[in-house]
Amino acid sequence: MNHIAFNKFYKNFGFLSVILIIISLSFLVFKGLNYGVDFKGGTLIEIRLENSSYSTSKVRDVFSKANLPNLTVKNFGNDTDYIIKFQKQNLNNPDFISNLKNEVSKSFPEINFRRVENVGPKVSSELLKSGIIAISLSLAAMLFYIWIRFEWQFSLGAILALFHDVIITLGIFSFLSLEINLSIVAAVLTIVGYSMNDTVVIFDRVRDNLKKYADLNIFDLTNQSINETLSRTILTSMTTLLALLSIFFLGGEILRGFSLAMILGVIVGTYSSIYIANPVLVKLNVNHNTVVKKEEDKN
Amino acid sequence: MLYFSKIKIITVVITTLILVYFSFSNFFKFDDNLIKNKINLGLDLQGGSYLLLEIDNQPILSQTLQNKLIDIKKIFNEKSIKAKNFSIENNKIFFETDILSISTVQNILLNKKDDDLNPYFEKFKTHQLVVENNENFFSVYLSDYGIVILNSSSLDQAVEIVRRRVDETGTNEPNILKRGNNRILVELPGLEDPARIKSLLGKTANLTFQFVSSVENDGFGTEILKFDNGLEEATVSKRIILNGDNLVDAKPRMDTQNNETIVSFTLDRVGSKKFGRATTENVGKQLAIILDGKIISAPSIREPIVGGSGQISGNFTFQSATDLALLLRSGALPAPMNIIEERSVGPDLGKDSINAGIISLIVGFCLVVIFMIYKYRIFGLIANFALIINLFLLIGILTLFGATLTLPGIAGIILTVGMAVDANVLIYERIKEEIKKENNNVIAFDSGYVKSRTAIIDANITTLIAAIILFLMGSGPIKGFSVTLGIGILTTLFSVYFIARLLSSIYVKTNKDKEKLI
Repeated sequence: MNHIAFNKFYKNFGFLSVILIIISLSFLVFKGLNYGVDFKGGTLIEIRLENSSYSTSKVRDVFSKANLPNLTVKNFGNDTDYIIKFQKQNLNNPDFISNLKNEVSKSFPEINFRRVENVGPKVSSELLKSGIIAISLSLAAMLFYIWIRFEWQFSLGAILALFHDVIITLGIFSFLSLEINLSIVAAVLTIVGYSMNDTVVIFDRVRDNLKKYADLNIFDLTNQSINETLSRTILTSMTTLLALLSIFFLGGEILRGFSLAMILGVIVGTYSSIYIANPVLVKLNVNHNTVVKKEEDKN
Repeated sequence: MLYFSKIKIITVVITTLILVYFSFSNFFKFDDNLIKNKINLGLDLQGGSYLLLEIDNQPILSQTLQNKLIDIKKIFNEKSIKAKNFSIENNKIFFETDILSISTVQNILLNKKDDDLNPYFEKFKTHQLVVENNENFFSVYLSDYGIVILNSSSLDQAVEIVRRRVDETGTNEPNILKRGNNRILVELPGLEDPARIKSLLGKTANLTFQFVSSVENDGFGTEILKFDNGLEEATVSKRIILNGDNLVDAKPRMDTQNNETIVSFTLDRVGSKKFGRATTENVGKQLAIILDGKIISAPSIREPIVGGSGQISGNFTFQSATDLALLLRSGALPAPMNIIEERSVGPDLGKDSINAGIISLIVGFCLVVIFMIYKYRIFGLIANFALIINLFLLIGILTLFGATLTLPGIAGIILTVGMAVDANVLIYERIKEEIKKENNNVIAFDSGYVKSRTAIIDANITTLIAAIILFLMGSGPIKGFSVTLGIGILTTLFSVYFIARLLSSIYVKTNKDKEKLI
């Protein structure tokens, strides 16, 4: 069996995580997240221009004639596709988008409007609210589940690991100015599930070992448990990452942000199961009695 | 754990075969009538439009309060209660009574028997109105329950009208659903550009016929309205001769005399009578035809119109005449609606998404399969077989429920592929540990399965919790993701504990003396 002294680095990596969390939080506070139309409201138009000789600035010029507030034009995936976004929240004129389409078609006769999304201010704030509620609710549900299945110390360790994963993943999104839309919320929730999954497998082994070895201290016991489950941890992360990389590279532009968030989440989640969840058990001085006493109480 | 009873094996095999059969129905056309279900493609995959409409109930609320005020005044008159300073502000009716009638007024307003003021007390044991008073100063407004009833009845009506309008345009399989208490979701598969539907749904289509009035006050009051072109305006009487409710049919037509497009309409019996009387008495006057507060046209009445049919002219194109006729036929919305969310996807983007989804599924699947064979050899093959069955089960269940597959849903399937092998990996790793301690392969396998069980169940339940929360909170495509992720977990557990375990047990029993089995 492999034997790597993971526990030697508990302090160093703990320190690293704290720093990463502080950096992530300051990015989230000072730079903020780049919300897409789902959460900010406004209009998104995806177009394809078969004649790829146009430049982004030419596309921007054509759209800016329509006097659209906060207009941004970006290349999307390949040379022929563009994403146009602007803050047009007033949907009361039902002809607005068709007028805009007609106007733009004059300059680009071969234009293909592939996608139009328009989200009003009320809907976008509701979507944001329900996204935040969904993430909080899932964290609470995980906490509760682990609390029922394990002792509270385990629950605390797992939940700290989850916060760590969510904060760092969002921090990276803020740092890279990647867009946050509905699918990122789904990705974050899946990360929560995955990271929990990973933590639970190690914790399950820790609990087993605590029952078996009454005199082994928690510092070494967590290390042994991590090692015993290590090949599984690596294998599962590998297969999951293989699937996600396949979505990232081949699944198209729309799923790119989603799969990136998941890839980051799986890496951070695997790391945190080892270096956040377990050190918490050590800090809380979990021992043989923590798990055995409860079994006796039950009987 | 390695023992399977015959009944169990048969049940597992039959369940699997049925679901695999279901999943095949998506790829091949069967000639039987057994399966009608199919996985529906979400709007993001097949292309189409999604509109979220919100009803603005304020006009109905104001109208209801106006009517209540009239009722209150009438009852006060009948009972000779003196009241003054009636007004409506912020959706509340205010008035002042004399000191002596305070309790009488309270009794009237909060009557425990059904009457005009409290139309459903006997049914729901609650009042439609809330009455507050400070001495003799009263304020009356709709209770929360009253507002809920008001909203839900206007929502019901609006859904009906929206459905009629959408159906009339001949859109394929539209999906019209209520959302909350004042919203309507309209899904239009295959419709790339919803401009026409949007303009049809954006109109209340309140049609009235009112006389153009030359005098300031003709007993009903007058109002100044703009013409549809926005340039001219006219003073019209507030007296409504006829409204759209009396219309039974409307059609666009070509007027051969003037060579212009008109809308001809037919009235019901009551409408014909009213229209006949009004036009007979007012030959020579101008009759304004008003739609949503704008005058379409105001022709002079040359002769009485008694046949119960008429026509509207107003510089129509054939398209605008068709749309007006459609709006008139389908009836007026109870209140104006706003489009608060709109998403439309063109068919070629949908096709691109499907292709990208399928390619990444195949590649992701192959990578995982190769990885598992490399790592576990024969047991990798077993895990892979279980994985394939797992995919068919997943698709089969989605088919069975007629679920909607979205692009994030495809991502959920791919993710299931990546995460599904986790359970087998957990088991195999545990078996490897057990084999080190135990010489008997069968016992080692058995305890490997037993000892890994809690970890597998716990790990999957946590992901299932995330999927359920997503399902409850998410919308549209995201819901599709949660469905495939959640069902994927269940089919994974099934395929691991029944199919992979069954195959493993057969293999282990026949090779129980082999060294280095895994």
